[in-house]
Amino acid sequence: MRWTWFHRLASPPYLYGLAARLTPWLAWPAALLILGGFYAGLVIAPPDYQQGEGFRIIYVHVPSAWLSLMVYVTMGVAAAVGLIWRMKIAHAVAASCAPIGASFTVAALVTGSLWGKPMWGTWWEWDPRLTSELILLFLYLGFMGLRAGFDDTQRADRAGALLAIVGLVNVPIVHYSVIWWNSLHQAPSVMRFGKPEMPPAMLVPLMILLLGFMLFFAALLLVRVRAEILQRERAANWLREALRA
Amino acid sequence: MSAFLDMGGYAAFVWPAYLVTIAVLVLNIVWARGSLKRALAAARRRIAPPEDGA
Repeated sequence: MRWTWFHRLASPPYLYGLAARLTPWLAWPAALLILGGFYAGLVIAPPDYQQGEGFRIIYVHVPSAWLSLMVYVTMGVAAAVGLIWRMKIAHAVAASCAPIGASFTVAALVTGSLWGKPMWGTWWEWDPRLTSELILLFLYLGFMGLRAGFDDTQRADRAGALLAIVGLVNVPIVHYSVIWWNSLHQAPSVMRFGKPEMPPAMLVPLMILLLGFMLFFAALLLVRVRAEILQRERAANWLREALRA
Repeated sequence: MSAFLDMGGYAAFVWPAYLVTIAVLVLNIVWARGSLKRALAAARRRIAPPEDGA
């Protein structure tokens, strides 16, 4: 009976109730971590010896960029699970991921541009990292547009899932672009093997924010998945009970 | 305080970056709650007992 938890998760009423109960436990820690992280990043962390105060953009840029990739992986894996095991809930998760991921990709691109101007002297460069991140945004938008093009949810699920899975190829390209090609963008200084390059006073606020952003995504996902479940479960009996509660 | 706001001369880049990110965070909350609210309203309409004369 080891798999019962998995089957329970695939049951809409169970997941709907679980998501509703879990949301505040993720949302409030996320809010505290993000607020604390911004304070630590803006006030407590020392200025960088090369970039001065300008480096503080890292505390909004890196968590946004990290989420832009993490949300896509979540979306692609959920889409694959939905396609392979014909699991409606997994498609609901994938559909819920897209607008969240797209918005954080925009945040990563805009904050990166605002960082690039003073440090590189340009708002935009057709650099491998920047270009592949822009393609990531188009993948999210393409996924949402494709889904919106179908009236039938099941067909939207299947077509969207194929695009999401194919688009997974872009994730390692974004991540390793700074290593594979000669990029203007700096190499990873946090997510790498061995010792990070940053001193703890700079690194700890970033870690707090990475955790905060991930919890924030989880909370958003739970709210959106509930909306998706409600839209997909047509006139089910449990809907009556769920709405009464 | 003004030194903090000046961000060592990088104010024109640091503050817009934070503003955009905070806007994305807040909008995500608004959008997610809005989608749940709309889905709840639609579900309520679907399971509502049919009105007389319908």
